[in-house]
Amino acid sequence: MVQLSSTLLYTAFILYLIGTFFFGGSIRDRRKEREGKDRWSQLGIAVTIIGFLAQLGYFITRWIAAGHAPVSNLFEFTTFFGMMLVAAFIIIYFIYRLSVLGLFALPVALLIIAYASMFPREISPLIPALQSDWLHIHVTTAAAGEAILAISFVAGLIYLIRVVDQSKPSKRTLWLEVVMFCLITTLGFVVVSTAFGLSGYEAKFTWVDKNKQKDEMIYELPALVGPHEGKLTKDSADRMEPFLEMPAIINAKKLNTVLWSLMAGTVLYIALRLLLRKRIAAALQPWVKNVNLDLADEISYRAVAIGFPVFTLGALIFAMIWAQIAWTRFWGWDPKEVWALITWLFYAAFLHLRLSKGWHGEKSAWLAVIGFAIIMFNLVAVNLVIAGLHSYAGT
Amino acid sequence: MEQVKCECGHVNPHGTAFCESCGKPLQDVGEKRLLDMRYEGSARRSQTYKRTIIDQIWAFFSSVKVGVALIVITLIASAIGTIFPQQMYIPPNADPAEYYEKQYGLAGKLYYELGFNNLYGSWWYILLIALIGVSLVICSLDRVVPLYRALKRQGVKRHPHFLERQRLFGVSRVNDPDDAIATLKERLAKQRYHVREEDGHLLAEKGRFSRWGPYVNHIGLIIFLIGAMLRSVPGMYIDRAMWIPEGETKEIPGTNGRYFLKSEQFIFETYQKGKENEAFNAAIDRVGNGMIAKNYQTNVVLYKRVGPVIAGAEPKLKKVKEYAIRVNEPLKFDGYALYQVDFRLGEPKAMSFQLTDKRSGASFGTVHIDLYNPKEEYDLGRGYRVKLLSYFPDFEFDEDGNPSTKSRVPNNPAFVFKMYAPDRPKGETSFVAIQQTIEPFGDNKYKMAFAGLETRNVSGLTVRRDFTLWILGIGGAIFMIGLIQGMYWNHRRVWVQRVNGELWIAAHTNKNWFGLKNELRRLLDGTGLTMPADRLEEGKKARQGGQAHGTA
Repeated sequence: MVQLSSTLLYTAFILYLIGTFFFGGSIRDRRKEREGKDRWSQLGIAVTIIGFLAQLGYFITRWIAAGHAPVSNLFEFTTFFGMMLVAAFIIIYFIYRLSVLGLFALPVALLIIAYASMFPREISPLIPALQSDWLHIHVTTAAAGEAILAISFVAGLIYLIRVVDQSKPSKRTLWLEVVMFCLITTLGFVVVSTAFGLSGYEAKFTWVDKNKQKDEMIYELPALVGPHEGKLTKDSADRMEPFLEMPAIINAKKLNTVLWSLMAGTVLYIALRLLLRKRIAAALQPWVKNVNLDLADEISYRAVAIGFPVFTLGALIFAMIWAQIAWTRFWGWDPKEVWALITWLFYAAFLHLRLSKGWHGEKSAWLAVIGFAIIMFNLVAVNLVIAGLHSYAGT
Repeated sequence: MEQVKCECGHVNPHGTAFCESCGKPLQDVGEKRLLDMRYEGSARRSQTYKRTIIDQIWAFFSSVKVGVALIVITLIASAIGTIFPQQMYIPPNADPAEYYEKQYGLAGKLYYELGFNNLYGSWWYILLIALIGVSLVICSLDRVVPLYRALKRQGVKRHPHFLERQRLFGVSRVNDPDDAIATLKERLAKQRYHVREEDGHLLAEKGRFSRWGPYVNHIGLIIFLIGAMLRSVPGMYIDRAMWIPEGETKEIPGTNGRYFLKSEQFIFETYQKGKENEAFNAAIDRVGNGMIAKNYQTNVVLYKRVGPVIAGAEPKLKKVKEYAIRVNEPLKFDGYALYQVDFRLGEPKAMSFQLTDKRSGASFGTVHIDLYNPKEEYDLGRGYRVKLLSYFPDFEFDEDGNPSTKSRVPNNPAFVFKMYAPDRPKGETSFVAIQQTIEPFGDNKYKMAFAGLETRNVSGLTVRRDFTLWILGIGGAIFMIGLIQGMYWNHRRVWVQRVNGELWIAAHTNKNWFGLKNELRRLLDGTGLTMPADRLEEGKKARQGGQAHGTA
């Protein structure tokens, strides 16, 4: 069952990849302005739906194997988030029939699922705090809400790529490239982790933590920065020595992973720039040049309108109910709780600016990008860096 | 109050942008500009009166700009509070002044000195939340009253200027306008529009209730904030800790002596390889066998006191129920909830020693010391007895090098015994601690030989009762209803009017123009009527002038 489950996830991943190419094909096709039905899009959405069903199969079989919904660790949650993103895309696709949305939404979902797979993938038993039906209710609703909000980012990104003038460098082109660079860095993290993971790299350090306790730390990537007073152990003696030693208050291993990801991201980004001889966003522009801007804007806003109530219900209301049952209080200013509140406040501000201040179009698209950045921060940084009560999600 | 009379005869309040009834623009906004349909052009107090200080305060808080600014400031402040852990999450025995600097260096010190260690309880953070609350109330009142009035008084027949300044507007020439209008009326009704007809003109409207969504959700938020505020009123909620050892019965704190709890057993379980679902093996291997917690459970019996509370007298108890308190499964009774939150395993309860002759090893009886309630003297018979001179439950040497105790919990018990025997009538003194014996007055004949330790588990429970929960629940529910009402429905209106032998159609929605346009296309399909054009889009296209990379 566990084997079947991973195979299904793998299948879904491949299908999303194929779906992306079909959606890409549909746009090329339209550029030639051929008559008749848009077969590429039809194939694209069909493959996406089959991929989604495969991933649903992964979810169900894993649920059966574990005896609890697979949303209990970072891998499972992030994968589920990717699945919900695809589901949200399918729904929005059937409302608006915009193929280019698939060309951007599926790669984002692919990146998210690939990112998820870099974390321990085994099925873990539930610690007492997680043994509740609210695990399924709270986590799935929150993930669904965030996924729908992520579609707003995808539509906003399409809007920006289309509208930002690439003929001369400006603040807007710079920030758009920053967004591209972040996406590519995620890919860099996946590439580096996979490469060293396949080679089985491991370097063991002994080090001294901030409470002056001796401890061991295992690196899965060559150490660019080493832990405080870190020394390679005997069986890792042939491994690379770090260039720099970190003070005890910094988690050197995580910093090392961040540095590697940034390096890989930079290399990939520069290589792409050299290959394309223009900004990444400029290279993407021809793909979106036929997009109706008002429609992209509408989708970006609609996704927030649909996603915001779902997010509120899942990430705040259900969260509070469960926190009252499991942790004795409905609100405790745990970092994850606070960042859910921050996300909520941000989208509340977004809606008010849009409804009352008339922030449509480009301004609204930038806001959608920032909103997604906050959601990603809550998913990545709060789990891995700030780590409060929700830290089990990172182990 | 000043009033403005429109040519249609309707009297509008001062400050109205276009007539409530016929929609004729009352303030000149320039030729052909689209009407700003927000709040139906109604006269809002904040926009109309700006003279007195109260007007100005009202105008300040009713501004969405101010509201958004408050939200953004709160958002940034909240984020700052997550940079380092809040004081409630640092170890309880740590001194925060030292802790932040030691753990996080200079940044930590600064964080502490700026008071960010208690950010969410700081006066300025609470003030921010309160200001948001004020803004919510004033913003809502400023808009909802005139909006309600405007929507209630809207007429079916509209001024041509109103129609031609709508975003969706089209003019059709048809041979038989009566027939077209009849068909449209029927189709609109089928799409669940509420259709009003007057002098052959139509006003079709649906989803007006969604306009109240924002105000409903603001009411929910205000109720929620009131509930949160009530928590500062003493007695609204109880949050007490309770440590209860196995086998003991204790009064439940916060119940005023009305309820008692007996702990039968504390159970701590971990996931063991081989006993669990095989799918867990890999995870158990990675973390370590027996390292992942599976269950924290206290089996308890709940008792209620019968009769009045008499000081000093043993309470009469009646059993209420037996229950297994687990994480996620608190024991609930009479508005209280008891949660499993902590535990201490194998806490020493009693120690036994044998009075032994050091040379022969002969034993003269066992002393059994209750570590929570030791006796002063233990008589072993036949002239043997042991006196407990001093007892240190949590032994340490203090700054002067004298033996003392850190706490009353027997984590590291130590004793000073005086041993009496028939051949040692004056007694011998011995200091006994775990793994060490000191004989302060020279060599003794007898010793207290360790003969056993009795331990027990102690459960840490939290006692809660919260009278604000239902208010928060109602607030949350109303908020959700309002949100769904406002977000998942929209307010659509279609005006169909005969003007000089033409049929004018205009339409408006508060959101989801895409949906409205699709609906209009379906409505007009096959009627021969022109689909109204989206004039916002047309305007944009005209401005872009066909450029490939125009900005919107």
